[in-house]
Amino acid sequence: MDYFLELLLGGLTRGSIYALIALGYTMVYGIIQLINFAHGEIYMIGAFTALIVAGVLTLLGWNQVAILVIASLVAVIYSCAYGFTVEKLAYKPLRHAPRLSALISAIGMSLFLQNYVLLAQTSDFLPFPSLIPEFKFLAPYAHIVRSSEIVILITTTAVMILLTLLIKFTRIGKAMRATAQDREMAMLVGVDVNRVISVTFIVGSATAAIGGVLIASHIGQINFYIGFIAGIKAFVAAVLGGIGSIPGAVLGSLVLGWTESFFTGYVSSDYEDVFAFLFLVFILIFRPSGILGRSETEKV
Amino acid sequence: MIPSLAEIKKSLLTSLWFMFLTFPVMVIRVNTIYKTVEWRWRNLLIVGAGSFFLSFLWRYLIKRKETGQKKIQPGSTSVKSLIQSAFDNPKLLIPSLAALAVFTTAFPFIFSLYQTNIMINALIYIVIGLGLNIVVGLAGLLDLGYVAFYAVGAYSYALLNHHFGIGFWTALPIGAGMGFLFGIILGFPVLRLRGDYLAIVTLGFGEIIRLILENWNEFSFGPSGIANIPRPGFFGIDFSLHQSTIFIYFMMVALVIFTIFVVNRLQDSRIGRAWIALREDDIACQAMGIDKTKTKLTAFALGATWAGMGGVVFAAKTTFINPASFTIWESIIILCIVVLGGMGSIVGVITGALTLILLPEYLRAFSEYRTLLFGVILVVMMVFRPGGIVSTARRTYQFEAIGNKDEKR
Amino acid sequence: MKNDNDAHPILEVKNLTKDFGGLRALNCLNLEVYRDEIVALIGPNGAGKTTFFNCITGIYPPSSGDMLITPPGEKAKKINNLKPNQVTARGLARTFQNIRLFPNMTVLENVMIGRHCRMSAGIIGAVFRPKSTIVEEKQVVADSYGILEKIGLASFVNEFAKNLPYGAQRRLEIARALATEPFILLLDEPAAGMNPLETRELDNLIVQLRDQEGISILLIEHDMKLVMSLSDRIVVMDYGRKIAQGTPQEIKANPVVIKAYLGEETDAPVEECTDVLR
Repeated sequence: MDYFLELLLGGLTRGSIYALIALGYTMVYGIIQLINFAHGEIYMIGAFTALIVAGVLTLLGWNQVAILVIASLVAVIYSCAYGFTVEKLAYKPLRHAPRLSALISAIGMSLFLQNYVLLAQTSDFLPFPSLIPEFKFLAPYAHIVRSSEIVILITTTAVMILLTLLIKFTRIGKAMRATAQDREMAMLVGVDVNRVISVTFIVGSATAAIGGVLIASHIGQINFYIGFIAGIKAFVAAVLGGIGSIPGAVLGSLVLGWTESFFTGYVSSDYEDVFAFLFLVFILIFRPSGILGRSETEKV
Repeated sequence: MIPSLAEIKKSLLTSLWFMFLTFPVMVIRVNTIYKTVEWRWRNLLIVGAGSFFLSFLWRYLIKRKETGQKKIQPGSTSVKSLIQSAFDNPKLLIPSLAALAVFTTAFPFIFSLYQTNIMINALIYIVIGLGLNIVVGLAGLLDLGYVAFYAVGAYSYALLNHHFGIGFWTALPIGAGMGFLFGIILGFPVLRLRGDYLAIVTLGFGEIIRLILENWNEFSFGPSGIANIPRPGFFGIDFSLHQSTIFIYFMMVALVIFTIFVVNRLQDSRIGRAWIALREDDIACQAMGIDKTKTKLTAFALGATWAGMGGVVFAAKTTFINPASFTIWESIIILCIVVLGGMGSIVGVITGALTLILLPEYLRAFSEYRTLLFGVILVVMMVFRPGGIVSTARRTYQFEAIGNKDEKR
Repeated sequence: MKNDNDAHPILEVKNLTKDFGGLRALNCLNLEVYRDEIVALIGPNGAGKTTFFNCITGIYPPSSGDMLITPPGEKAKKINNLKPNQVTARGLARTFQNIRLFPNMTVLENVMIGRHCRMSAGIIGAVFRPKSTIVEEKQVVADSYGILEKIGLASFVNEFAKNLPYGAQRRLEIARALATEPFILLLDEPAAGMNPLETRELDNLIVQLRDQEGISILLIEHDMKLVMSLSDRIVVMDYGRKIAQGTPQEIKANPVVIKAYLGEETDAPVEECTDVLR
């Protein structure tokens, strides 16, 4: 039973991290129909920035909680800045180009950012300081759940709620929804589409950065390549849930996280990814637009 | 051409922005193992100055691009007008082809073994690129897992040879056939999927095949791969390494010519037009009597056939294969070749393959910055030439008033 | 007007109903088209006219009801569950309300696509180019060019479809549909956006298709002048039902129709789903 709970919680944790990244994918896709290949790298840069800040502050002797807060904040700010810049440089000029061209540009950006960090920092796996303190009240449950997992779950939930509030109740949220549905029309009614798109990228990058900091604390090490793998998984999760749909991204991520966790725990860890992909194919056969996706009925 | 004050201000702001942006990553280097911090202020200056000057160039190029959108004519290509004019003018065409033929034949004897090997690589990618071009460029189906068929071809040869001693020349058509078969198998589940869903599922298939090859040790020998795969022979003659490489080179040239010939014919046929119609508007194409299912499957299967063949040659050339050669990045590179070169255009794909494969070799001078520059080149190429290097030319027909027709390319 | 009551309709729709979730878009619709006639389908926006086209051509499966076609010289066949390409192969072609050309193909190639279902070359033919394929290709090019000449688009032959002026694009859609050798042609708002001169030319073209090619036309149109001038018969739809049918004169004077367009309350006679009421 304990093992089951451990796997359940582990899957939930994984799913939460995927969700934080998948949100960025799905939001950007919803608004400009682009698979932002470089999104995983934003996540990675968030983690690296946090590492760098934490490293400096640790040497200066600050206390652990302050470091956690400052490092996370700085990481988020920088990831947002990177997301904003990438969009302006590599995607904005291609807004009216064929979609595949934008995709290749995204791939190029992904390659660039990976190697940028690699060359400017190092190719080694860098240990990440565990910024999240171990909660004493969890000690008796240490074999099932770690405090970093609790923090991840709480943070992710908070982010979800904030994001939903943003999309549903603010003016910019309304503008984002309008632009996602019909960009031309939104422009015609006075929405500053460029600004909306930038905001979308910024928000998506912020959630990814939070994910980066959390998972880095949880796993304990990072390197320049983590963005790619996590990016693919998160993208699968977003598609699984229905790309363009925010609840879909969360749902797809949870499903993927649990699938991986239970499959690894009960069957085998070698074929974990195979199973995840087969599962995705299976779902898409019966629901070609993903679990919560809008089945895109074209007006004929 | 002195920039205005407003422009200088803009560039200054850009420069400040990039200095801010890259500050943590470029300036600070934290080593958490040894608990050290390194401050590299020189990098900050480089970023500042570099972004200041590059921003002028970038703005200028973007402005030029935006004011220079021309209507594209069916029979024209923009940059490669040299090639196109060669094609149109028979007086230029024959000597050009002759020169190309001479160069191609002499290549392995002029250049070193190492460079011949690189050229063989490029030729393999041309064949595979033309195959993916059918799926992505002509039929408009975004396949991110094309490498799966490449792996199928390579492993078919390796395993058949290992277990049954099957030789290269027998394996080549088998590899093609296996590619075709897998194209249909993997094509079926994705028939109903559109656009990006198709992309992620095909990516998944590519990964599934690679992971199975990596983990099913009894079948595929896992990560250690299969070695001692024989190179292609010629009536039992014993080749030295050098001779064998030259032999493979000429064989690949022949294969490329064959591929160009077949793909060209496919493109210019009832099937080819059906693929393009499918890409342009799949609802209208159905309304015009085209069977969407059959057309999609044909595209997948025929596209995969070339990857299967390419895989067999790859196995024979490198004599050793393992799953690490068949990752997502391979699929991405092949996709880049097709899109960069110019989707749907044979000349475009060839250009793309030569560019993307030969370029990193000549970038070796930059050693560790290679991949970085590669990424930059991809972005820059797409921003300034989103249609690819060679824009798609459609076939033009000549008619006289009565309705007699003369076909001209 | 040729409406021989003894002749069998070439298109027969019986009690066609189409639901989208809770919304009933088509409600027990009955309609026939006979040989050598031009029938106009009119009605206020949202009446279900394009949905009707989409059902007949296999894009939406009907919720209930039957659709039958009778190609010349053959027996009546049900086309309920056919895919769009199968419907077209049987001889029923269409154009679209929002132009759906193949923008990056030339005008000639767009028409050649229409010939696809009347050709037979496959992979073998494409690669090996036996004599039969070469002959077929030449024939297709010639036939397509002939259609372009008939429609008056021959001067655009090698132009990309996306570069054509709007009126020419609309006519290209018709040319493309003609290439499939239909015996009945469904036109969805062919005159939309055309100026009076273009509309007159379209009028002549459609009459020509009926008289010289022997193709029956069923068209959705909002341009009343064109409809009155062109049609042998008019069918009026509203809220997914047929509310009237008859000659242009009859329809012009029909109070039910007038009220449907002007939006006043009316007790429109509801079509019962029996075979008796017509």
